[in-house]
This record gives sequence, structure tokens and C-alpha cells, in this order.
Amino acid sequence: MSGPNDNYDPKQVAALSAEALEAMVADAEAAFAAATTTADLKAARLAHVGEKSPIALANREIGALPPAARKDAGQRMGRARGQLNAALAARQADVESAELEAALASESVDVTLPVALAPEGAIHPITGLMDLMSDVFVAMGWEVAEGPEVEAEWLNFDALNIGRDHPARGESDTIFVAPAGVHRVLRTHTSPVQIRSLLERPLPVYVVCPGTVYRADEFDATHVPVFHQIEGLVVDKGITMAHLKGTLDHLAQAMFGDVRTRFRPNYFPFTEPSAEMDLECFVCHGASVGNPDAPCRTCRSEGWIEWGGCGVVNPRVLTAAGIDPEEYTGFAFGMGIERTLMFRNNAADMRDMVEGDVRFSRALKGEAR
Amino acid sequence: MRATKSWIAEYAALPDDLSGRDLGEALVRAGLEVESVETIGGDVSGPVVIGRVLGFVEEPQKNGKVIRWCHVDAGAQHAPQDAPAPLERGGITAPLQGEDGPYWPRGIVCGASNFNPEDRVVVALPGSELPGGFAIASRKTYGHMSDGMICAEDELGLGSDHQGIIVLPSTDAEGVAWTIGAGALDAMGVVDDVLEMPITSDMGYCLSVRGLAREAAQSLDVAFTDVVSLPTPAAHADGYPVRLETPASGLFVALTVEGFDPSAATPDWMRQRLTAAGMRSLSLSIDVSNYVMLETGQPNHCYDADALRGPLVVRTAAAGEHLVTLDDVDRTLDLADVVIADDRGPIGLAGIMGGQDTELRDTTTRIVIEAAHFDPVTVARSSRRHKLSSEASRRFERWVDPGAAYSAARRVADLLIELGGGALVAETVAGAVPTMPTQRIEVGLPERVLGMPIPATTVVEVLRRSGVEVTDEGAALTLVPPTWRFDLVDAYDYVEEVGIKVGFDHLPSVVPPAPVGGGLTREQMARRALLRALAAAGFVEVLTFPWASEADLDALGLDASDERRATVRLVNPLADTAPLLRTSLLPGLFGAAQRNASRGVDDIALMEIGRVFFTSGDAASPEPGVSERPSDAVLDEIAATLPQQPRHLGAVVAGAWRPAGWQGPAEPAGWQQVFGLAELAARTVGVSLERRPATRAPWHPGRCAALVVDGQVVGYAGELHPAVIKAFSLPARTAALELDVDALIAGVGGPGSLPLVSGHPVAKEDIALVVDEAVTAAQVESAITAGAGELLESATLFDIYRGVPVPAGKKSMAFALRFRAQDRTLTAEEVALAREAAITAAGQVGATLRAE
Repeated sequence: MSGPNDNYDPKQVAALSAEALEAMVADAEAAFAAATTTADLKAARLAHVGEKSPIALANREIGALPPAARKDAGQRMGRARGQLNAALAARQADVESAELEAALASESVDVTLPVALAPEGAIHPITGLMDLMSDVFVAMGWEVAEGPEVEAEWLNFDALNIGRDHPARGESDTIFVAPAGVHRVLRTHTSPVQIRSLLERPLPVYVVCPGTVYRADEFDATHVPVFHQIEGLVVDKGITMAHLKGTLDHLAQAMFGDVRTRFRPNYFPFTEPSAEMDLECFVCHGASVGNPDAPCRTCRSEGWIEWGGCGVVNPRVLTAAGIDPEEYTGFAFGMGIERTLMFRNNAADMRDMVEGDVRFSRALKGEAR
Repeated sequence: MRATKSWIAEYAALPDDLSGRDLGEALVRAGLEVESVETIGGDVSGPVVIGRVLGFVEEPQKNGKVIRWCHVDAGAQHAPQDAPAPLERGGITAPLQGEDGPYWPRGIVCGASNFNPEDRVVVALPGSELPGGFAIASRKTYGHMSDGMICAEDELGLGSDHQGIIVLPSTDAEGVAWTIGAGALDAMGVVDDVLEMPITSDMGYCLSVRGLAREAAQSLDVAFTDVVSLPTPAAHADGYPVRLETPASGLFVALTVEGFDPSAATPDWMRQRLTAAGMRSLSLSIDVSNYVMLETGQPNHCYDADALRGPLVVRTAAAGEHLVTLDDVDRTLDLADVVIADDRGPIGLAGIMGGQDTELRDTTTRIVIEAAHFDPVTVARSSRRHKLSSEASRRFERWVDPGAAYSAARRVADLLIELGGGALVAETVAGAVPTMPTQRIEVGLPERVLGMPIPATTVVEVLRRSGVEVTDEGAALTLVPPTWRFDLVDAYDYVEEVGIKVGFDHLPSVVPPAPVGGGLTREQMARRALLRALAAAGFVEVLTFPWASEADLDALGLDASDERRATVRLVNPLADTAPLLRTSLLPGLFGAAQRNASRGVDDIALMEIGRVFFTSGDAASPEPGVSERPSDAVLDEIAATLPQQPRHLGAVVAGAWRPAGWQGPAEPAGWQQVFGLAELAARTVGVSLERRPATRAPWHPGRCAALVVDGQVVGYAGELHPAVIKAFSLPARTAALELDVDALIAGVGGPGSLPLVSGHPVAKEDIALVVDEAVTAAQVESAITAGAGELLESATLFDIYRGVPVPAGKKSMAFALRFRAQDRTLTAEEVALAREAAITAAGQVGATLRAE
């Protein structure tokens, strides 16, 4: 025969004392608060609200109380247990959060370590600038025209009113394709693309022609025999030299901000009137002129920078392309990309543009900017 | 053209306070380019004054030199405190009498001996500084206290003459006596501005002081005096006989001067102007000839009349004729050359250079002066043919005013007589001034073309000021240009003249509204995308020269029949070692790679998009006229004769793709990167690329892939052949790619179509297949893909294994297969069936499932 089972056997019990319940709650709360790890908290939970915890035992005894006392004790027990569960949950969240923080802290890395990117590639500054300038015109509704680099003399010279005795057609200026007399040259400007545009496209024509051109020039810090140009051509009804001025002012502003252009009379066979186009210095805006205390490197304190040539399309050029100059007029302009890069992005030596040194190509982050 | 401000001011009433720079700006507004404005005679500071030589004694020195101990009056204001030592030992130094009392002369030691007492000289006093930072101070020399220096020309930076000191003429250029003690440089008029101006071919008339003065006067709105003041008389032959036998010369003036003193010297003022204009002073007659050319723009020639034999004939050269020109070159003449000849044959190349036989000698007293007009094109061709450019030919090529010939010849005669004596005894004028072409324009044309309001009265006024003869008919103008304006022919030439003279600064700025454009073409966008994608992937774009050589092609290992041998050759390459145009971008890229390597950049990934050139044969391209659009047939012929010029993409990699770092060892760059580049290029433009094993120079035969799009080979990639690596001195294992961008992009078609994405789960199966070594990954994958059917989503090679238990000569390739259906979750049976089908299909390339 076994003895009484203290845990289960009903026996005479005392009413649940308020002091005892409060003490149990206080002990439990203190134990939860003292726990700093998930494991500690688990132990505290088992000890203070587990099945064998004093409060669980006290709860069990409530059933043995007389009905009146039972109701009162049950309500108080319920509140106490609710309070403890909330305290436990709150502490649980705190401990987990602290533990996560510690874990994350232990995983920190040196964020300045070099990481394995692809090697540093780049497009060439000339390409970037050529695209940038083309885009100014594409945004205006113009199109980008291209053409061959070995070109027929008729397209490179004759059609542009550069007669057969013009000095530019000599071997000291132009590179000719062999055998001599086949009338083919390395194009000396992108102007033959203008002629091609007039021959091939429906009127009106609004095109910009970027590309590589060739001259029988020295190769040194300021000359390079292979270089790049961008030319523009408009042929439409009612086109005037004022439209040329407006277009170049717009280009200047798109590229350099709030600057003006200036035309100086000049001579080109393919335009009449013809002008050199100067750009107001976008760095000093002329403030350096006659002011030795504040010299400007960009414009050499002249206030203006020579940028390119331009003019009204010579009616002879329109005639050679089969366009009636009585009905249509046009304008054309052109500038060197290398030269633009020199004053816009401080390129100092032409040789750097063609030698292929990666340090040069990589320098303009974000393309031509 | 170089000219001084003072010379221009002789014919244009320039304001007194106009600086050289202001004058330059006025000329720029007129359409000239002013390259530089420099002040001459301005490099001297401190007291450099006019002095009077009072007397001197000559003292031989031990070194053989003879010096002169001089007393010089440099003006009371510059007198020394103390008397200089007397000239004669034991003599006395007498004071000079000035307005404010007596003063001492200066004692100066001078090494020159070309002066006499009472000569006016230039004295640099102590405290002055001469060009080159040469400071003058009192100093003891040759036993005397020398209190200044008597200057030679070169010491003042006025010329190169150091024959002796400057002895001034009796009066200044205006005939006024010199003021002793006055600033010498100002008094001599040597402080001046020199303007240097390149002259464009339409402004030949500005290769003269006359033309510059006219433009300056018009630009500044001041009075102009024409040095060409004499009208051309009707033809007459009173003087030296002349015959014109070619239309290349329509006017020839010959004046005869007799009694000229060949020993007469050129005056300083003329020498200074010639020097400032960049010409050397040679002798009076030559100097006068050059002076008048610079002043009037009319080249002219002086013959020794006694050396001439019979009439002067202007004609084309005959076969076999020779001429020794003044530059001492014996020239064989061309039938198209125009010459001046006498009875012995050619004595001058017309408009370019005279001959030696008839040049002036130091005994010439009878001179025949020639001033003629020659056709620009004839002179230009002869000049180019003989590679002989002269001051005369530069002018005739750009048109010389025929109306100036007679007046200029007279000016030569007048100056010769004034400075060297003699008399003008006879003159001949053969031919006449040609008539200039008439043009009619609407008076509103300048306004319509320029786009700014220009009243009719302004048009007429401007043109008249430019010398144009204007007949005002209200709505239209009939225009005849002055004889010096060869450039005024077309209606638009007059528009330009009006535009320049009104001023381009007045042009309004109006952006023309373009019609709707098509934006960049698909090809242009694809090329841009390609470059940017490859740059983002690590390649640096370079732009290399297109020159090539046979040696490059040999070094690439191309055999004789390779299509890359079909090169375009150049007549005048910049270097004889590279006379061809490239047919491949690779040699240029190898050069850039090597240059980077030599500069310490070891890890190389370069790319270039550029044209290559394949010859279309040697047939000449047509040269149609320009009076109308060429026919389509002619344009087609032009196109057919041009070389093929496709755009290629080239790339080269060497060194490490990723250098060794803290994460681990380096990843070498090689064939994998260029294959990856090819895949990226194809993916970027949106075509699918296939790689096939290929044998092609300059690549390694076992590591080269043909790049195939739509069955067409568009390029090659792989590791370079070791022999090529050696020939181009490249790093070991360098890899390269070259493909035809135009062909690659041509494969891009249509807008493309988007899939319906399946939401059903994926089923994964791995299979390992054993195949012969020769079987490629692509062959196995292609067989699997075909066999597995439409349920297969992807097949990815994830492992290659060689070794036991796989038999020698074979390899195991493991593929990860992913299956999915559009409309359902696949059952295990379906997946198993598809897997089996894939394995079975792989059997076609000899694959067997690897035993577990």
C-alpha cells in the first residue's frame, strides 16, 4: 500500500494568501529580469511558471477550496499568471534582440576592403564627347549621319566647291589612295557625309555628322594626323545665317552653360558667307581679359575660345547635290572633338588621345560628362 | 602677311590713340585673321637718346683692335656731373653751351669706325637696358671711363646689322632736324606694332599694305588714300618691246629707267619696314621692288636692261626648255608653264621667280621694270609643279589687282629715281586691265540669307565703300567688283561682303525648328550599347591609327591567300614603313597593349570599334562635274570603287583578369575572357551566338572559336598563337577577339516576343555523361536539349571530370537539368521520361550515362 501522493491527492489546503501570491510573482519577475540569455530565461520560466513551479502548485490547490474562496483565489491567480506571462514575453523579446545585436556585432566586416569588381573599363573620352554632342542635336530632332572614311575625291572636294587646283588637294595636306589618280582619299573632313546626306535623304535635311578624319599632318603634342570632327548641316526653306547662330548658341549652352558665341568672318569654299565661331570663355566669361591678376588658362585671358568654322551653304554645293538654291538655303558648321576635349576637359597633349594608355581613357568617369 | 601699324597708317587715317591691338580687332571684324600683334623697338628701357659726335681720337690696342675715345653731346638734360678726360693727352675738355648754361659732354669708348665728327648717333646712357637684359653702366675700359654706349642696329633689336654703329641721316623721315638728347627710338620711328596675318585665299588683295589700309579704314570708318593712284594708260609700246602670246597674261607693263646709281644705299626707314615685314634688305633696287610689292600687292621684277636680248615675250614653255631661277636651281620646264622669254629663251618663270641671266648686277644702271598680271590657276599649277613658292606666286595664286600694275611699276620707278638717281625714259603697256564679271542680285538677298534686317540703302552704301560699282535699279542691283576683288563673283559673295561690313555681331540668334526626327538608328543604338556594355564589363576603349604594313600581316601569320592581304595602299603615307590601311584592328591593339605594358600596366583589357579597309580594286572613282547632281549610275560607280570599310570590334586581354587579392589568388586573363566578351556582345545587341572550333591566324589552333550568328561567321576569338605573341612582344597567353560589328548587328531582327512565365514548380535532375574528348560541350548540350523536349527549361554544364573510373580519352560532363511545364506540376513519371529522353538523345554524340 502506497503513502499519500502529495502532488495529486486531495487534501486539506489553506486559502491562497495574497502575500504568498505576490511573493511568488515578485520572485518570478526578478528571475526573468535577471536572465540575460535565452537559456537563462528558459530556466527561469521553468522554475517560476513551469508545471512544478510554486505558482503552478498553488494554482492546483485552488480547486480544493470552498466555492467562495475558490472564485476569489482563481481571479487573483489568473491576474498573477497573466502578469507573469507578459513579463516573460517582454523579457524574451529583449533577450533575443540583445542576442541578435551581439551576433551581428560579431559579424561586422571592414567595409573599406577592396572588392572584386570587373576590371575598370571605359569608353574613350573622344567617343563619349562625340556621343554627348550628337545627343544635343538628336534631342532637337536632327539625325546622325555617317559615311565611309576612304572617300571619293568628288565627294570630299569637288562637290564642296573645292576646285581641282585648291592647295588642300595637294599631297602635303591630303592622304591619297594608291595608285595615284584613282581619285580616292582618306576623307579630310566629315563634309562628304553632308553631301551624301543631301544626295540620299529627302529634304529638308537636319543632320549631324561625327567621325574620324585624316590629314597629312605632323604628329606631336598639338597635331595629330587622325582626328575627329562633328559637323552639322541644315538645308530647308527659309534657312538663314541667324538660324546658324541660334543653333550654335544652343550647342554652346548645352555643352558649357550660360555662354554666347561670336562669328568672325573667314573663308571656306563650301560656305558663303563663312565665319570662324568663337565660344565665350565658359570659365572666366571674359573677366580675365586685361586683368593680369586673374589670368585664365582656358582662354589664355582672351575671353574667347576658337571652336570651329561655319557658314551659309554655298549655292554651288546645293547645285552639285541637285538641290535648287533658289528654293532651299542651308547652313553648316564643324568643330574638332580633340580640340573641344582640350579646352573642355583640359587634355594637354594630343598624343595621349591616340596612344591607348588606359589611364587616359579611364580618367573621365561617367563618360564625357 | 606682316605689316607695321605705321605703314598702314600712311594710307588709312587711323586715330592717334589707336593701339596695334585695336587695329588688329578692326581687321578681324573685316574678315582677317590676326595671328599676333607685337611691338618692335619696345624692348629698350631707360635713356637711349640722339647724340652728336663732337670728336674722337683713335687708340690702337695691344690686341690689334683700334678703339675710339669719343666726346659726345647727349643733351644738357643728360650731361654728366664731371668733365670727361680730354681727347688729347694734356688737352682740355671744353664745356658745351646750353640754354640754361654750360654742361659737359660725355666720354664714350667705341669700337666702330664708321662715323665722323658731327654725325648724329644713338647713345645708350648709364641706367638704360637694351634687349636681352643688357644693362648699360659707366665703366672703366681701355684706359678710359666710358660713360655710355654708341649703339649698332642689332644692339637695339632693330636688325642684324653689326657692321658699325647707327649713323642717322641728316634729318628724320619728315625732314626735321634731330633733337639732341631726345629719345632716339621714338624720334627714329622704330617703335611700332607689327601685325602678322595669315591671308585666306579669297582675300589676296590683303597681301598688301594697300588692302589692309582699305579694310582698316572701312572697318574704323576713317579716310583711305589709295597708293595706287594712276589709271592704266591704253596700250602703247614706246618703251621696251613686249609681246603677249598666252591668255595667261593679259597685261604687261615695262618701264625703262636709265642713269641709276647701283651703289646707292637703302634708307633706314625702308630697311626697317622690310625687316618688320620679314624680308631681308639686299640692295636698293631689290629693296624697292619688294617694298612696292608689299605696299601695293603687285609683284614686280627688275631686269638688267643691258642683259636682255630682244623683246620680252610672255608665252608657254617649249619642250625641253630649261631655266636657272634666282634660287640657283636648274628647272626643266613643263609645256604648261608660262615663262617670260627673250631671244635666248626663258628668262623667268611667270609670276613665280626670275632667272639668273638677267638679274640685276652691282653695275646695272639701266633697269627694265616689269609689272604684269598672270592667271592665278596657271601660276598655282606651275608653283606646285616646281615645288617653288615665292612672295610673288603666293600673291598671283590669290589674284593680283590688274588695275595696280601700271601704278605700282611707276612707284618702283619713282622710288628708284628718288633714292638712286636716274630718269624714267620710256614705258610700254601691253594688253589691258580685264573687265570684271557683272552680277545682278535682288537688293533683299543679303537680308534673306543673313536673317537680319538690312535696308536697301545700307546694301548699296556698303558695297560702294568696298569699291563695287553699283547700279541701283530699285528691287535689283547690278554689280561690278573693283579689279582687286576677284572673290566677288556669285550673288552670295556679295551677301557675305554685306554681312561682314554690317557685322556678324548683329546677327540674331534663332533656333530653326527641325521636323520630327527618327532619333538614332537601330545600328547606332546597338553600337553605343555595345561599347558601354563592354566598358562596364572591364574593357577600355582605345582609338588607334589605321596605318598598317606587310610586316604586320606577316607577323599575324596570314598566308598569301588570306583576305586580309587585300589591302588599300596609300600614295603618300605618313611613314614609309606603314603604307597600307589596316584590314584588322589587332596589330593596332597589340601596339596599344604593348605600350601599356611598357608603362607598367600589366593587366590589360583593351577594345576598339573602328573601320578596316578591303580594296575594291584599282579602278578610278569617277569625277563628275558640279553643275548638276551626278546620275545614279555615276554615284553607283563611286560606291563600287570605294573600298569595303566594315566596322570591326577588336579586343585584347593579357595579364590577370582579377589580380591576386585578399580574397585569393589572381584569375588570369585569357581565352575565357574573350569568349565571354563575344557572348556579352551578342547578348547586348540581342542575337544568339554560337562558338565553333576554328583554325585561323593569328590564333592558337586549339584555342580559337569562330563566332557564328545565324550560320554566318562574324568573327573569331581565342588565345593568340605563341608565334604571334612573340612577334608582337606580348605577354604569354594573350587572347584576342575580332568581329564584324556591322554583321553582328545585321542579325538583330524584329521587336522580339515575351514569354508567359510559368508559376508551376521546377523539377531538378542532374545527369553525368561520358563522351569522347573531341565532343564539345555545345554538341552535348544541343543533343540533350533536343532530346528532352519542351519540358526542359535549361541544361547547365556544372562539372567536367577526367580520370578513374572514366576511361582515358574520355571525359565526364555533368549537367544540371531543370524541367517545368506551363500548365501543371510535373509528375515524377513525366520528369523521369524526359530525363531518359535526354540521355538517349545524348547517345547521338556518343554519350553514355556515367555509372554510379
